[in-house]
Amino acid sequence: MTITEELGRTHGYADLPRLMGLMTGDEKHGPAATSTLDVLWVLYDRVLRVRPEQWDDPERDRFLLSKGHGPMAYYAVLAAKGFVPVDWLPDFGAYDSPLGHHPDRTLVPGVEIGSGSLGHGLPIAVGTALGLRAQGRERPRVWVLTGDAELDEGSNHEAIAFAGPAGLEQLHTVVVDNASASHARPGGIAARFEAAGWSALTVDGRDHEALYAAFIAPHPGRPHVVVARVEPKNS
Amino acid sequence: MDTMRDRFAPVVSRLLDEDPRVAVVLAEIGKDGFAEARRRHPDRVINVGIREQLLVGAGAGLALTGMRPVVHTFASFLVERPFEQVKLDLGHQGVGAVLVSAAASFDWPAGGYTHMAPGDVALLDTLDGWTVHVPGHPDEAETLLRHAVAAGDDKVYVRLSVQSNAQGRPVDGERFTTVREGRSGVVVAVGPMLDAVLDATEHLDVTVLYATTVRPFDAAALRQATGTAPSDVVLVEPYLAGTSTAAANDALADVPHRVLGLGVGRAELRRYGTVAEHTAAHGLDARSLRERISAFLGGAAASGRAR
Repeated sequence: MTITEELGRTHGYADLPRLMGLMTGDEKHGPAATSTLDVLWVLYDRVLRVRPEQWDDPERDRFLLSKGHGPMAYYAVLAAKGFVPVDWLPDFGAYDSPLGHHPDRTLVPGVEIGSGSLGHGLPIAVGTALGLRAQGRERPRVWVLTGDAELDEGSNHEAIAFAGPAGLEQLHTVVVDNASASHARPGGIAARFEAAGWSALTVDGRDHEALYAAFIAPHPGRPHVVVARVEPKNS
Repeated sequence: MDTMRDRFAPVVSRLLDEDPRVAVVLAEIGKDGFAEARRRHPDRVINVGIREQLLVGAGAGLALTGMRPVVHTFASFLVERPFEQVKLDLGHQGVGAVLVSAAASFDWPAGGYTHMAPGDVALLDTLDGWTVHVPGHPDEAETLLRHAVAAGDDKVYVRLSVQSNAQGRPVDGERFTTVREGRSGVVVAVGPMLDAVLDATEHLDVTVLYATTVRPFDAAALRQATGTAPSDVVLVEPYLAGTSTAAANDALADVPHRVLGLGVGRAELRRYGTVAEHTAAHGLDARSLRERISAFLGGAAASGRAR
């Protein structure tokens, strides 16, 4: 695990509950309180090739948080990694704060898209992958995080159905599955992607090694989805 | 005569050759015109299939990587169906694109209401920062398409139609032009409405302004045409009646004035038929326009040109 130096102190995974607590006023935030926390940490700590000092580098990896609800874990990870100052966190949601209850890419360094309305990230990620390909930029990878219930939105299925046949190898989706969809897809989430020609893996969304292995699994000529299963929302 | 849409693929295919930033995004409609360009630029001519949310979202993603997307389908499927993508994926993300529509208000009347979009410009008026071009002739469409693609990272809408004036005029992508000068009122003709307006006002003592770029609205041109005296203004637009009434009122906020907004009616006709029949049904043929404009302006306007 790498750590980040900021103003004389270091931030690692163990600091994330405290950083989230700065936003919520609740010091007891365990990882289980936020379905996306472990996925976000493993991505930013070990997978994404993007750094605060080069967050607008055309060759960077892109991470698009499509599920913009409950972004405290996202902001905590961005703060831990030095994209945003820790002292922004306590003003979360205030009029003058860049950190809203849904992120805005024009206000926060390192945030690739503004989200909040569900079902926008994956289509934008498809376009981002197409744009990188058209410019001959083969190195950057595009990651988008959705929720399992977010896949109810039909716009996702337009993107899933296109990206497979288009062979968008640079495109990656991680679906954080906390079983929150009222009408879950029969056959499971991975099967939906596989039917459209994606590479798909389903892992324990709290197991950092399993997540990492799934995130870096090769998938030549195909887009890749990782379904990260966490505790059911309503259990 | 060829149509504006006939010019679209050839013009944009040349722009694909000239500018590596340009990418075309289609949703099946219009793909045949880009077959040759797609062979030359397989990664920059993209057909996403019949998926209009993805059409606009993918256009936004392309823009986020620094490209200049040209996004095309019928107006109803480009602006109305994926309106939230237009609002959020372009506007809220702070990126631009060129949206080029076809079919306009009733280019295919036999196709019925599903393929009519008289409300497209009014819908874009609910958003910030859109430039709207409404060419009145294929030559103007060609010029305005080039302006649109060249406009940095602006959000630009180009509304193509089979309706056309007989002759193209010089257009600069910004200003209204004065076609005729008179003393008893100002008629603003938008895009393909010009020929009917000139016919309708032939014996009226009115100024006729020609508008092919309606957003931003050329307030300075309207103010110059009206002067500071109390003024009567008629807007003749090929989309929803009254779409630009607020813009005209704002332009004349400190001048006593009246505005008549003519255009396509809100009510669904539930008729098929021809463009000419729908034009007449909405009161936008020359004869109907003459009656409506004359009634609004009153007796004073009728004297000038007949003398």
